[in-house]
Amino acid sequence: MTAPMHDTTTDVDEPAPVAAEATAESKAKKVEGRSLKQIAWNRLKQDKVALAGGIVVVLLVVVSVFAPVLVSLFGHPPNEGNLDQLEDLTNLPKGALGGISGDHLFGVEPNTGRDVFSRIVYGARISMLVAVLAAAVAVVLGTLFGIIAGYFGGWVDAIISRVMDVLLSFPQLLFIIALVSVLPDDLLGLSGSGVRIATLVLVIGLFGWPYIGRIVRGQTLSLREREYVEAARSLGGGSRHILFRELLPNLVAPITVYTTLMIPTNILTEAALSFLGAGVRPPTASWGGMLRDALSVYEHDPMFMVFPGLAIFLTVLAFNLFGDGLRDALDPKGTR
Amino acid sequence: MRENNEDRPAAPAAESASEPDAGTVALDKDAAPGEVLLKVTGLQKHFPIRKGVLQRQVGSVKAVDGIDFDVRSGETLGVVGESGCGKSTMGRLITRLLEPTAGTVEFEGRDITHLGVRGMRPMRRDVQMIFQDPYSSLNPRHTVGAIVSAPFKLQGVTPEGGVKKEVQRLLEVVGLNPEHYNRYPHEFSGGQRQRIGIARALALKPKLVVADEPVSALDVSIQAQVVNLLDDLQQEMGLTYVIIAHDLSVIRHVSDRIAVMYLGKIVELADRKSLYESPMHPYTNALLSAVPVPDPRRRAAKSERILLRGDVPSPIAPPSGCRFHTRCWKATEICKTAEPPLIPLATGHQVACHHPENAEDQAPQDTVLLTAAVEAAEAAGVEVPETAVPDASKAEATEA
Repeated sequence: MTAPMHDTTTDVDEPAPVAAEATAESKAKKVEGRSLKQIAWNRLKQDKVALAGGIVVVLLVVVSVFAPVLVSLFGHPPNEGNLDQLEDLTNLPKGALGGISGDHLFGVEPNTGRDVFSRIVYGARISMLVAVLAAAVAVVLGTLFGIIAGYFGGWVDAIISRVMDVLLSFPQLLFIIALVSVLPDDLLGLSGSGVRIATLVLVIGLFGWPYIGRIVRGQTLSLREREYVEAARSLGGGSRHILFRELLPNLVAPITVYTTLMIPTNILTEAALSFLGAGVRPPTASWGGMLRDALSVYEHDPMFMVFPGLAIFLTVLAFNLFGDGLRDALDPKGTR
Repeated sequence: MRENNEDRPAAPAAESASEPDAGTVALDKDAAPGEVLLKVTGLQKHFPIRKGVLQRQVGSVKAVDGIDFDVRSGETLGVVGESGCGKSTMGRLITRLLEPTAGTVEFEGRDITHLGVRGMRPMRRDVQMIFQDPYSSLNPRHTVGAIVSAPFKLQGVTPEGGVKKEVQRLLEVVGLNPEHYNRYPHEFSGGQRQRIGIARALALKPKLVVADEPVSALDVSIQAQVVNLLDDLQQEMGLTYVIIAHDLSVIRHVSDRIAVMYLGKIVELADRKSLYESPMHPYTNALLSAVPVPDPRRRAAKSERILLRGDVPSPIAPPSGCRFHTRCWKATEICKTAEPPLIPLATGHQVACHHPENAEDQAPQDTVLLTAAVEAAEAAGVEVPETAVPDASKAEATEA
C-alpha cells in the first residue's frame, strides 16, 4: 500500500505548482493591464474635448454603418421624391425652415422633394467610406515606403523621398477632375458610382501617402539607431524582422494619430470633388453634391445648404479634435 | 608565451570540438580553457565621410585602425580607453554588427570577417552582446517575455520544456521575478533592465559575450550587483567575456587581461596584475593616475596625478608615428616618425611604445624630447632630465 500511497501524494503535489503558476499568470495579467495603451487611454479620458470628438466620430461610424436602418426608422428612401411636400409654383418645400416636420426631420429638397435627413445619412456613408478607405490606402503605402526609406537610407531613401516630393507638389484636384472625365462608366466589373468611388479612394490615397510616409520615415530614422535594433541584429534577425517586429510597433502611435488627422482632410477633398461634379455621381447622395444643389436656391431655402454644411463641419471638427487629443495622449513627453 | 597560443593548429581542434553535443557539460563542448576562442588580426574600420551631391568620399574616420589581439576561452578581456577611441566600434566588429574595412576576425578558427546576415545567423548563437544603454536596448513595445524569447524565435530553437518556461528560468537566473514575464520594460529600473538584457544575451548559451559598457549607465550601487552577476554567470556557464568600459575600477574587478586603446589602436595589452602594478605605456600611466582613491588617508600617499594636455586628436587625421606623441611627455623624434609595434616586453605584457616605463627603452639613442613633450611634461608634473631638453634656440625657433 505504501507505493500507491506515495504515488497519490506525488500526484497531489504535482498540480500545486501548476496552480501556483496559474495565479502567477493572473497576477501578471493584472500587471500587463498597465501597458502603454492603458496609460494613453487614461490620459485620453481626462481630455474632455477630445473625448467629445471621439464620441461624435463613433456616432458617425454608427450612422454610416446603420444608414438603411436609420432611414427606415426616421425617414424616407434617399432617392424618393416627395413632391407633395413642395409648393406648386416655386418647387420650394412647404412650411418653415425648408419643410422641417416630424416626418421630414431635416426638411425636403427643393425641386425634387427628396428627404434631406436620409440623404445626409447616406451622404455620411459615402463620405466615411471614401475617407476611411483612402486613408487606409495612404497608411499602407505610406508606412511601407516610409519605413523602407528610413531604415535602408541611401539611394532607396533618395528615390522614395523624391517620389514623395513629386506627389506632394502635384495639383491633386486638377488631376482628379481630368482623370474622372476620361474614365469610362464601367470598369473592372464596377459600374455607376462604384467606379467613381473606387477612383476617389485610389487617387486620394495615392496623393495622401507621402504625408504619412514622411512622418514614418522621420521616425524610423531616429528609431533605427536605438540599441534594440542592434540587439535584434546581433540575435540574427533579418531586415524583415527588424522592420515589422521591432520598428513597426513603435510607429503605431504616430500612424494612428496621422490617420485620424488625415480622414477629415479626405472628407473635405471628397466633398470638394463632389461639389465640383467630379466626385460621386448625382443620384447617389453626398454632402458635397448637396451643397452644389443648394447653391442655386440658397436665397430662398437656406436650410438646404445648412444641413450638409453642418455635417461636413462637425465631422471634420470632431475628427481633428479627436486626432489632436490622441496625439497628446500617445506622446510620452506629454505634460498630462 | 602568447605566440604559442596564437598558433594555427589550435583553431581547427577547437572547431571540431565545438560540434553540438547535448549530453556533455557546457565547458566540454567549448574550446578548452586557455585556448584561443577569438582571434583578431589587423582589424580596421574606417567610416567614410561623404560630401556633396555625388556623395564623394572626402575622408574617413579611422575608428579602429589595425588592432591585433586574441581572446582565450574562459577568460575576461577588458578593453579600456577614453571616449572616441574605438572601443565600441571594436566590440561591434567582433560581433559583426559592423563590416570590417580590413583585417580578419576568426571565431573558433573560422573566418567570420565577411559573412553576410545569413552566414552569420548560426554564429549568433555563440557570440552575443550586452548593450550599454538599458533604456534603449529593450524595445519599449515588447514585453519582457517577448524580449527574452526573441533569441529562440529568431534562431528557430525550442528549448527543453518550452520557450516560456526557459524564459522564466533565465529571468530567475539573472535575479528577476519570473512572474514579470508579461511586464513592459518601462516598468523596470535601469539595473533590472540591464538584467533583462543579460538574460537575452545568455538565452542561447553563447560561448563569447561582448559587453559594451555594461554598467556605465547604471547607478554605482547597482554597478556592483551587475558586475557580480556577470562574474557568477561566467563561472556557472563557462562564458568568455570581452568587457568594454571606461571605468578602470570596473575593469580591474572583472578582467583577467586588459587591453588599453587609444585612437583606434591597442597601446598596451597585459595581464591585470602586471598592467596595474607596472604599466609600461605612458598613456596607461596617465589613465591609472586618474583613478580616484576613495580613502582620503591613502590619497596623500598616492603619487601625483598625471595631467594630459589637450584633447584626443581627431581620428579623421590621426597623428603620424605613435598616436600618443602629441600628448606624451616622453615623446622624441622617433615617436613622430615611426609607429611603435605592439610587442611583448615582459611575459604576458605587450606594449606599443618607444620609451616604455617599467621596461627597457626601445629607442635609447633618441633622447631629445619634442618641444611639445617638454610642455606636456610640465603640465603632467613629470620631471625632465636636463639632457633631454631640446636646444633653447631650437625650441624658440619652433615656437616662433
